[in-house]
Amino acid sequence: MLQKFKKYAVSRRGRDSLLCFGIVLIAYIAVQAAIAGGALSSQMKGLLVPICAYVVMAISLNLTVGILGELSLGHAGFMSVGAFAGIVATTALAETIPSAPLRLAAAMLVGGLCAAVAGVLVGVPVLRLKGDYLAIVTLAFGEIIKNIVNVIYIGMDGRGLHFSLVTQNFTLEEGGKMIISGPIGVSGVKTLSTFTSGVVLILITVFFVLNLINSRAGRAIMSVRDNKIAADSIGISVTRYKLLAFVISAAFAGMAGTLYAMNFSTVTAAKFDFNTSILILVFVVLGGLGNIWGSIIAAALLTLLPELLREVGDYRMLIYAILLIGMMLFNNSKLKRRLMEQRSLKQMEKLEQAADGKEGA
Amino acid sequence: MKKTLSMLLAGTMLVTALAGCGGNNDAAQSGGDNSAAADGTVFKLGGTGPLTGANAIYGNAAKNGAQIAVDEINAAGGDIQFELKYEDDESDAEKAVSGYNSLKDWGMQLSLGSVTSKPCEATAAKTFEDRVFALTPSASSTATTEGKDNMFQMCFIDPAQGVLAAESISAHKLATKIAIIWKNDDVYSTGIHDTFIKEAKAKGLEIVSDTTFTEASATDFNVQLNDAKSKGADLVFLPIYYQPASLILTQANAMGYAPKFFGVDGMDGILTLENFDTSLAEGLMLLTPFNADDEKNKGFVEQYVEQFGETPNQFAADAYDCVYAYKQALEAAGATPDMSAEELCGKMIEQFTSMTFDGLTGSGATWGTNGQISKDPIVVTIQNGVYVTM
Repeated sequence: MLQKFKKYAVSRRGRDSLLCFGIVLIAYIAVQAAIAGGALSSQMKGLLVPICAYVVMAISLNLTVGILGELSLGHAGFMSVGAFAGIVATTALAETIPSAPLRLAAAMLVGGLCAAVAGVLVGVPVLRLKGDYLAIVTLAFGEIIKNIVNVIYIGMDGRGLHFSLVTQNFTLEEGGKMIISGPIGVSGVKTLSTFTSGVVLILITVFFVLNLINSRAGRAIMSVRDNKIAADSIGISVTRYKLLAFVISAAFAGMAGTLYAMNFSTVTAAKFDFNTSILILVFVVLGGLGNIWGSIIAAALLTLLPELLREVGDYRMLIYAILLIGMMLFNNSKLKRRLMEQRSLKQMEKLEQAADGKEGA
Repeated sequence: MKKTLSMLLAGTMLVTALAGCGGNNDAAQSGGDNSAAADGTVFKLGGTGPLTGANAIYGNAAKNGAQIAVDEINAAGGDIQFELKYEDDESDAEKAVSGYNSLKDWGMQLSLGSVTSKPCEATAAKTFEDRVFALTPSASSTATTEGKDNMFQMCFIDPAQGVLAAESISAHKLATKIAIIWKNDDVYSTGIHDTFIKEAKAKGLEIVSDTTFTEASATDFNVQLNDAKSKGADLVFLPIYYQPASLILTQANAMGYAPKFFGVDGMDGILTLENFDTSLAEGLMLLTPFNADDEKNKGFVEQYVEQFGETPNQFAADAYDCVYAYKQALEAAGATPDMSAEELCGKMIEQFTSMTFDGLTGSGATWGTNGQISKDPIVVTIQNGVYVTM
């Protein structure tokens, strides 16, 4: 049994999943302990849910960028769809589902579903393109989503939901409430997100993504990334697997969007712009393409960093930028490559030892 | 390898050097306050605002204005002493909440909310939850104070400005045909625009052209101006901030279109804009709570110019007033600095809903229980580069 576990732990697949779940669970327990002991500042407490949302965003984008190998610059667009769909869902379901965690879960499902639909709509034309062209078009789609959300008006009153585009051409009954009012976005939402719900979403995402990567579909997706022609020649439907990865990635981004939006009482479409997409791409690149636990650490670290730097006052953003450049340089340096080589050598030795041990027994 | 290492080392050195700078500055600034803090006689006042990024001009103005008021009050002695801390929020709701949380860790007792509307809506939800009293200098959307008994505003709410603008245009018979150019992805602009349209209709003003722009398209206004021109508008209403407005004035001048221009309080600051030909702003009318050229504001303006090298705008004046309003309310309530934020909150709600405040941005100001201020606005015209009250 122990042998089996050891072998699993040193294999690439086992190490990745153990690391992912381990990091998340240890972080969760540590944070809960710190909260119970009163050691966590309110600044840190306020950051917990956004960090969870960004971690899920990074993992889901890693699926497109790292595993599928297509550069997407419009990921925040799906987050936006999920955020606003989730808010509409929680408001509409306020009476049907009184329990807050259940309502949040339902909202996440709706958010994820809507983002997945947006993913299909965007994915079908976009995934016909290659490389830089695909990146540019995803960027454009991100902006389109932002601009569409900017002109949506949704209100709710006794008669149900009302919807209009560009201008608000409905009036609400007495006691009715605007949910999304165009560029003003959403105001005065009751917040539902908690750290626990964020961690649960991360665990679900990690579980799903890792299982996908290690499944038949996942290997097909990676074969598309590595060599499209070879994949084609052995009968893998390139379009299908590309779309599959893209839509799953969009769906998780939508759920992260719901989680994020339900943590603040106000959200605008302008928040989910190009800058947010790039921020998430930075998490993925710094964490390592295709490396899920790397994404988790990078997203958490880079969300914390500018807040921890508040101490240095005016030079905060300058130092943040310098640190980012420093990390990028390190990521691309010979020093890192040498460290990685040493590590893989050690692992090879371990594997050999494990094999020897087995033969001996 | 060597190169990377040297880069890394250089980076670390730079970081430590800069950190040193920042630390020193802070220490120098708050040196006086720290001694007071040791005595346990200061009220901790905190706020968030965009100190960096595109809206930094507003955040820094508010911070500087509040700082002057705090310095004055502390220098004068007395029972009420303040310590001020501003956190950067880049005009982003997420960052504002984080900044607010770090202020809470610092021990903030009274909040100055956030400088811009959207972040303030987010922090207002937090101050409401935590029972910290908040008075924002400049977050003007109605959602900021809606449903929160401990959130108050020093500035006019957006809809009020739309009504006031329509009223003064009709009262002074400024125009028969009106064009509006507004920014439709902005809460501030949308709020003013919507009520202006409603009020203008009630007043019988004819709106011939109603065109929009967004953050991304705020550089070229020829389409909007041509629309206004071709429909014969003789007044263009600009419920927007002064940077895009300056471009509108420049482009209208270039195409030989010379209607009257009417702005709201976001227009304040246009005369101090760099590289803008201020002669284009001649005759521009605007609603503003603060006139830097007014005799009674001279002391504040001179102090601000001396300390920060520029003429203060209304954000600075609003924040300055906030601190003095706090002083007045704390004195009247007999509050002491050892009170908790929650105790102060109850007392402040009581005071603010009952007191009358005279400040730089208007005298005889009162607050309703909904947190909205009522005071008289000033309509000014720019003549020979200064504000002249109409």
